[in-house]
Amino acid sequence: MKMDAVPYPGGRSVSLVQSGLRRMFEIVEAWLDRIFGPAWNPLYQLGALGFFYYWVVAISGIYVYVLFDTGTTEAYDSVQYMTVDQWYLGGVMRSLHRYASDGMILMMVVHMLREFALDRYRGARWFTWVTGTPILWLVFVAGISGYWMVWDQLAQYIAIASTEWFDWLGIFGESIARNFLAPHSLDDRFFTLLTFIHIVAPLLLLLVLWIHLQRVTKPRINPKRGLAAGTFLMLVALSFVKPAVSHPPADLAAVPGVLNLDWFYLSAYPLMDTFSYGAVWAFAAILSFMLFALPWLPPVRRPAAAVVDLDNCNGCERCANDCPFNAILMRPRSDTLPFEQEASVDASLCVACGICAGSCPTSTPFRRASDLIPGIDLPDRSLRVLRDRLEVAAAGLAGDARVIVFGCDHAARLDTLASNRIGTLSLPCIAALPPSFIDYVLSRDLADGVVITGCRDGECFNRYGVAWMEARMAGTRDPYLRPRVPRERILTAWAAGADRAALAKAIEGFRTRLAAQPASPPSPRTPRAKIDGTNTHA
Amino acid sequence: MLKVFRFLGQGVVYALIAVLLGFFADTPAYRHFDDDKAQLTLSVAHSGQHAGTCRRLTAKEIAALPPNMRKPLDCPRERLPVLVEVDLDGQTIVRESIPPSGLFGDGPSQIYENFVIPSGSHRLSARLRDSNRAQGFDYQRELEVEIAPRQRFVIEFRSETGGFRFPAAAGPRG
Ligand code: HEM
Ligand code: SF4
Ligand code: SF4
Repeated sequence: MKMDAVPYPGGRSVSLVQSGLRRMFEIVEAWLDRIFGPAWNPLYQLGALGFFYYWVVAISGIYVYVLFDTGTTEAYDSVQYMTVDQWYLGGVMRSLHRYASDGMILMMVVHMLREFALDRYRGARWFTWVTGTPILWLVFVAGISGYWMVWDQLAQYIAIASTEWFDWLGIFGESIARNFLAPHSLDDRFFTLLTFIHIVAPLLLLLVLWIHLQRVTKPRINPKRGLAAGTFLMLVALSFVKPAVSHPPADLAAVPGVLNLDWFYLSAYPLMDTFSYGAVWAFAAILSFMLFALPWLPPVRRPAAAVVDLDNCNGCERCANDCPFNAILMRPRSDTLPFEQEASVDASLCVACGICAGSCPTSTPFRRASDLIPGIDLPDRSLRVLRDRLEVAAAGLAGDARVIVFGCDHAARLDTLASNRIGTLSLPCIAALPPSFIDYVLSRDLADGVVITGCRDGECFNRYGVAWMEARMAGTRDPYLRPRVPRERILTAWAAGADRAALAKAIEGFRTRLAAQPASPPSPRTPRAKIDGTNTHA
Repeated sequence: MLKVFRFLGQGVVYALIAVLLGFFADTPAYRHFDDDKAQLTLSVAHSGQHAGTCRRLTAKEIAALPPNMRKPLDCPRERLPVLVEVDLDGQTIVRESIPPSGLFGDGPSQIYENFVIPSGSHRLSARLRDSNRAQGFDYQRELEVEIAPRQRFVIEFRSETGGFRFPAAAGPRG
């Protein structure tokens, strides 16, 4: 492979909408980092929060269901009973059921926007996005059928508008809106059907969520306990302050006048009134299609998947344990080497983050040039090229307090930081860097210090890159950064795109400290820079 | 100090989320229908008469049929379109010839339509033709009615119950 042909560092271009949204998220996240700390930052665990709301909805739903009666008059009466007579439990459960459902919409929409803004929906990651889109429909079906079951005036409005909306398609032999012409045309069986839908949609949702997470390793489906507790307390408080109530009972002989819509679930209904059923169908169809097809609008050039070099693979499983996208499978040895297993990459799942190369024990720059072939590596961003670039960058440094900055394509950009004192190298993920490279820089005196940067703590483009890198440096996850490496010559400073200036400042501070340092014996702690916006638990 | 700031900050964030959830769960109120209007809904699902004339089968033809399918008449499946007309205060608001539904044109003709009308007293007349007569109607009904604000007045046609059916409460006087 010719070195010059390698796009290194690289990264893909994102649209203006994306980068604008991303900037907004970064600003809000920085605030929430200060208030909650990275571990509890709600924006870093929206999917997990979505799950949490789901469980609150499910458990309160079971209670509400026990008190619920199906039937045209019984339904309303039973809901009134729990709301009024049993306000202290039934009423609270009903309110929790409602507000947690609303919270699910909120989490889901922000989660979706964020995955889009952070560009985590294309390339090999299309699957998680695409399987997310039916979730939207299912959540709406579940919520709308829930409002329908109460059989108050709001339910009546929804029932008639929804059935007329479906009738517009003309696919049912008989108009289903005709079921709601008058009380005599109403059928208890319709409520049974509705109850069935209201139970099946959430169950189906759970199934689709399970599929949604098939391609992410160790998905975070439970929020941190403190965040869960805070969220639950918030929901309970809201349920007491503003209990969920019904409208007057449905009356098919009258048209509801003023309605208190739940705008999270029912925003489409006023659109049906204002425009037409056809327009709302067209809108829903176009939106669904756009969302569905977004990963290919426009198509991205997918970077080449990681490749295993069997001669250098001893089957240690580290890469398979570290891959955040379930892309590596350990299988029985296919060659004659005396190991039991070998790694194999499913190219269709690989996002080319390089984390596997960073974890492979054979990825060490101390080997001779011809030898630096790790057991697993990215063809477009090979570690051998990284070492060559490192040597070029180091050769360009002069004076005292020279530093090499290793960073990530998806976090603060490094190119503007470069000078004759600072050499920068951007990787597809910071965990694509084998810790031995840090040792290499310092022991070969390629620089006086090393800066490790990447996405903000608690939030990594490649999901686990920051966590794995920290664990490797702390010596709690293979491959370890060797104890002999002087920790005071390493700075860890996580920094998102918005934190570039703060990163530059942190590096300057680090260089000042380096300049004041004599050649010193190793110390066990790595200094951490506190970057405005990110938060480090030093 | 930092702890206090964090604690308060989290409280503020949770409160904001609660306000967001609590507010948009039922606010702002939405006016779906004006108080001085009423709704007229027309719903017809009715099969027109057979389009072709039925032919009496000969005894020989009947005998040739499987026993469970024997019948004296052979009728074409296709139905005639149904003509529906509705007048409101002397003005025709619906005049539609509705083709039969179904792949073979053998299903009922269907119409379902909503109209917004001022509340108050109205004269309504509804007519339906399901035969191939050139003039006149096979069913018709007229009535003077006082329609209340936001009343949902349904004109329903069901041949099994003798044609047009107006809401019982309105008390048909026509
Ligand atoms: C209630 C609804 C949803 C829940 C509970 C949910 C849950 C999750 C969870 C737990 C993760 C893994 C997070 C991690 O550990 O890194 C995730 C990732 C993701 N979700 Fe969802 N999700 C929902 C809806 C959606 C929707 C509607 C979309 C988009 C249409 C979507 C798109 C994604 C994407 C693109 C990822 C990232 C995958 C990656 O990092 O490669 N999700 N979701
Ligand atoms: S980390 Fe390297 S040696 Fe270990 S299984 Fe993966 S490719 Fe093989
Ligand atoms: S580059 Fe390696 S760690 Fe990253 S997705 Fe591909 S196989 Fe997994």
